[in-house]
Amino acid sequence: MSVTTLAIVAVLYLCVIGFLGFRGYKATKNTLDYLVAGRQIHPFVMALSYGATFISTSAIVGFGGAAAAFGMGLLWLTFLNIFVGIFLAFTIFGKRTRRMGHHLQAHTFPELLGKRFDSRFIQGASGLIILCFMPLYAAAVLISAAKYLGVTFEIDFPVAVTIFSVLIAGYVVAGGLKGVMYTDALQGALMFIGMLILIAYTYSSLGGVTSAHQKLVALPDQIDQQFVEITPELENIKGTDPGAGEKSTFAWYAEKATTLKASKTMTDEEKAKTLAADATLMPVGGLMKKNSFMVSKLVTEKLSKDGWLGWTKMPKRGSNFYYVLITSIIMGVGIGVLAQPQLAVRFMTVKSDKELNHAVLVGGIFILTMTGVAFLVGNLSNVWFVEQGAPVSLAAADGSENVIPEFIKQAMPQWFGAIFMLTLLSAAMSTLSSQFHAMGTAIGRDFFERGLLNTKDHTKTVLITRLGVVATLIATILLALSLPDGIVAAATAIFFGLCAAAFLPAFIGALFWKRMTKAGAIASILVGFLTSFFWLMFIQEVKGKIPAYLCNILLDKPTLLPDKIMGIQWNWVESLFVALPLSALTAIIVSLFTQPMPEEHVARCFHGAKSE
Amino acid sequence: MFGLEGSIALVYGLCLLSTLLCVVYGAINWNKGDEDITPEDVTWAKEEDAIDEEF
Repeated sequence: MSVTTLAIVAVLYLCVIGFLGFRGYKATKNTLDYLVAGRQIHPFVMALSYGATFISTSAIVGFGGAAAAFGMGLLWLTFLNIFVGIFLAFTIFGKRTRRMGHHLQAHTFPELLGKRFDSRFIQGASGLIILCFMPLYAAAVLISAAKYLGVTFEIDFPVAVTIFSVLIAGYVVAGGLKGVMYTDALQGALMFIGMLILIAYTYSSLGGVTSAHQKLVALPDQIDQQFVEITPELENIKGTDPGAGEKSTFAWYAEKATTLKASKTMTDEEKAKTLAADATLMPVGGLMKKNSFMVSKLVTEKLSKDGWLGWTKMPKRGSNFYYVLITSIIMGVGIGVLAQPQLAVRFMTVKSDKELNHAVLVGGIFILTMTGVAFLVGNLSNVWFVEQGAPVSLAAADGSENVIPEFIKQAMPQWFGAIFMLTLLSAAMSTLSSQFHAMGTAIGRDFFERGLLNTKDHTKTVLITRLGVVATLIATILLALSLPDGIVAAATAIFFGLCAAAFLPAFIGALFWKRMTKAGAIASILVGFLTSFFWLMFIQEVKGKIPAYLCNILLDKPTLLPDKIMGIQWNWVESLFVALPLSALTAIIVSLFTQPMPEEHVARCFHGAKSE
Repeated sequence: MFGLEGSIALVYGLCLLSTLLCVVYGAINWNKGDEDITPEDVTWAKEEDAIDEEF
């Protein structure tokens, strides 16, 4: 299928989605219809709508690509996504959120917390936190989508970002930010079918489930063995290099490989000079061209320095990969899902617990198919590329965020490329639209209307809300264009972790602990947020490598804690691990030592107006 | 399990089991949890639609 055909398919799909959102369904099936007029939401619709909002291109392309490096340990995130993100979220949090949201007439996550604790400050401050930091997560989604577009259509990344931004803006204008449930469900169904076909094809092309896994298990040793066999040839070449010195054969080879890679971006003149200056470069380059495992070996050696032990093993305890994988990616996202503003509000849109029960069944299968497949394919793509005579995925695709797009492009039938493109467009649009909705209400309804002005007059804030959506869209685009490569998984984890630290203790207290006080909630949110912010700006080196931003700018240091303390490398630990326990402890201690909330108010929160 | 060992085989199995948990829970409770519409639900839904209109 040609690029032109893919483009036509994409445009047609967007027209269909836009039409559905703008006309037929938006006019007749709004929230009032669902809740009041007796219309039943199809059991699949709510779950697919939630799943489509939860799972984005960040999960499929960003985390799927990260799996090509981190290995199958990433499946722990899939497990948490299902058990915490679906089962616990729906059965325990969802039911109470729905009831309390209706009792309090809350329409946003900050509003739920604000009204539960009778605090304008909580609603306003929470809205401000969401407004300031959700663009980071939205940028991660946009980057992932643009990476896929860039690889599929062979266009530069900035161009792909621009095109996708226009598509999103068009979708929002045509269909509305809330995303009609049926439109989201259609997108969810497309995502489900796309991923199912992807995993079936991947496993079958590698000889079946067990065979594919066994090949992945054996791959690191296979690469090592092949490199051992080529070493005598390398040593012969090394022997002709007067500058080789005492370096090991591998270290010498790695240097030559680095020079050869750099020469690819040189001008012809510079390249000719470089090659002429070192007679060993051409023979080494020739060997690398004939033996892709030599490039694979460079990748595995680099990964090993960070603690990688193979794609079917957890990283070495205490290594960079170990901390990043467990604290940031698995725990940050796995737990943070419970306090995601754009997801929590979805629970309020259903009529009864029955629909949430339906959604658990559908949601569990959906999430397994989304993230489980993405992470498995990210891993197994290593085997596929090697079997095709290419190096492992990170080298074959030139970067983690290109792994899934490149694999789809090369491994799958052309017709699937079109389906998967729609799958990703769906995933990105449903998530981005809910994010912009959350950011719009955060600035208009939560920060300005309730936090600053304390008014119920929406006319004063409608314009602010709409302008807020535009401003956050622009901020997202600018971030997407300026963030470094390979940042998607980390950026997502940062936002999820920050939300968990700032909001989760207050959210849990709101739903389950009648004794929690306004002061306890405020203190908890402030401690959680400020600790996270300080940790991210002065301590945590993102991915274990990118310096802490303000620490680097203000103090010219990568981190305030470069050394291990009590055996832990704190600068590699996700902020959540420090901020969440502190905010939880704060919530409990401050609540126990401050005035309880009025009984009538608490009764209304938990049992509704009839309790008064 | 399926050619995998150790903690990776464990987590692979946990992914499948947790999905099964969701399926079983949903199936057992499929017809449970129906509730009557309250005036609060009506008010909430009207306000929600008004917010959508603002966007």
